[in-house]
Amino acid sequence: MSSEAGTNAAVVGAGRTPAVPRWVMLIAVWAILIAVPYWLPLLGGYTALAGRVLVFGLAAMGLNLLLGFTGVLSFGHAAYFGLGAYGAGLTLRYLAHSTPLAMLLGTLLGGLAGTLFGLLIVRRRGVYFAMCTIAFGQLWYYLAYSWNDFTGGFDGLRDFHREPIGLGGLTLDITDGGNRFYFFLLAVFALAVGLLGLLVRSPFGHTLRAIRENERRARFLAIPVERQIWLSFSISCFFTALAGTLYALLNNFADPLALHYSLSGYFVVMCVMGGMRTFWGPLVGATVFVVLQDYISSMTVNWMSFVGAIFVLVVLFFPRGLLGMRGRRGSA
Amino acid sequence: MIQVILFNVTNGLIIGAFYVLMALGLSLILNLSNVINFAHGNFLALGGYLAFTLSPALGYWGALLVSPLITALIGLAVERLMIRRVYNRDPVYSLLLTFGFAFVMQDAARYIWGPNGLPLGLPEFLSQPISPTLFFITWYRVFMVTVVIIAVLGLFAFLRYTQVGVRIRAGTLDLETVASLGVNISLLRTFNFALGCLLAGLSGVLAAGQIGLNPNMGDDLLMPSFIAIIVGGVGSLIGTLFGGLLIGVAAALTTVFFPSASEAVIYAIMMIVLLVRPRGLMGEEGMMA
Repeated sequence: MSSEAGTNAAVVGAGRTPAVPRWVMLIAVWAILIAVPYWLPLLGGYTALAGRVLVFGLAAMGLNLLLGFTGVLSFGHAAYFGLGAYGAGLTLRYLAHSTPLAMLLGTLLGGLAGTLFGLLIVRRRGVYFAMCTIAFGQLWYYLAYSWNDFTGGFDGLRDFHREPIGLGGLTLDITDGGNRFYFFLLAVFALAVGLLGLLVRSPFGHTLRAIRENERRARFLAIPVERQIWLSFSISCFFTALAGTLYALLNNFADPLALHYSLSGYFVVMCVMGGMRTFWGPLVGATVFVVLQDYISSMTVNWMSFVGAIFVLVVLFFPRGLLGMRGRRGSA
Repeated sequence: MIQVILFNVTNGLIIGAFYVLMALGLSLILNLSNVINFAHGNFLALGGYLAFTLSPALGYWGALLVSPLITALIGLAVERLMIRRVYNRDPVYSLLLTFGFAFVMQDAARYIWGPNGLPLGLPEFLSQPISPTLFFITWYRVFMVTVVIIAVLGLFAFLRYTQVGVRIRAGTLDLETVASLGVNISLLRTFNFALGCLLAGLSGVLAAGQIGLNPNMGDDLLMPSFIAIIVGGVGSLIGTLFGGLLIGVAAALTTVFFPSASEAVIYAIMMIVLLVRPRGLMGEEGMMA
């Protein structure tokens, strides 16, 4: 079913010669991201918005390892994002005033939950896999919602804030919301995305694409399909959970909506809108989605209609996404 | 204590009955069209609101009959205009489509009928308890369960004894063969989608009499319906039926002993089923692969 969209789609580093050399693209992307604090205010934006783009972009790129590169549909990644956020928040509130420890524990919490659940569902495919991920994701939503004393319930987890990071003798003070925190986010984002890029290009990444394009043939080539899908699911959960910890640090707050399946849907639409067969697509999708949502929700109370309409329009008229269009022209 | 347990078991059966109607509709669409209809809860709300609007003109009984039919007609239009465009594409698109459409429908309901809860008036005798000792069982609850039973029996009879019903069941097993035998599967899927929406609309009217109306009334029923399908086994409507009743009663019984765990218990059941019997209680082998 997915092969129609898959076979002729552009894939990062897969033999196509792009019109613009890749290193030019890379330098452009990073230059734009690094210069955000200088050009965004000129356009009337604020730096925290760019921070949100990075956080959701990382979550969507993590999901896309599974969705775009393995061809397996998870509609429950908000669970791991939210678990990351709650893990970080709970660590800072109850355990230790340490930002790195909060990030580590949050990532582990979300990633391990995904790893264990992945074991149960790797044999499912298509919509059934998606349905299991949705239902399992909602478990955490209800847990955070009803375990009032520990998680703050519906009001969310408050009373924690990010702490300065000690680096040997130096201290990196990220407690104020300014540029320094944005650059901290960007540094974590860059490390994570670099790792993700290595994974996609590695032999492991190629087996994932082989599974996506033709699962039966991949099996004949002795690729352990279930294990690779499980690994891909697990790794993508770790990345999304890392994004979740950054979300908690960004807002000094974790709320049950970070676990809700609506957010899972937003992640998926970010991937599709940006182009889920491309590496950078989810970041582009996250940028468009976050900016649009910010704009629309400040304009009208009926923002749900607009967001829903975006979903419908993307599916009906724009299924390849923004970067996917470019790839199509290149390969045609 | 006995009365508390009895109260919660009846509660559970009634909630389970809603889960069953929702989940059967979802299951029909999922089995034949491979689409998870995220907007199913919104079709439920639509049915309830239509009954609210129509009952001054048609009376309760008229609204009970007519509003599920209108819901089905709207479902038919939605399928024709949008959903059938994504049947042959990656499942991610059908999920995003119905997910986005659910947002639009919920916002539309809020826009048309207002964000606040509305009551649906019932005929006088339905709100009476059936006896002083069983004061917690109103005639309305008996009536709801009866309607659900009739609807479920009707659905199964329809699938068993009519030509269209047999085609739907055959299409669930092997759509390609059914198509090559000359059945218009595009129409079949449209009809099937409308049938699912009919069930959602009916449960909406029934639910409105019990819990009242609000724009996101279907949301709380959607997730348990997914779980009912997973627990019962994808591909098996009987499984969905038992899955819905099972989690309804389990959640209600947990309320007696651990009120805060009543939501969590249905997820626990799902995990256990996935672990012990991955294809679901009554799922066919290979159906979920």
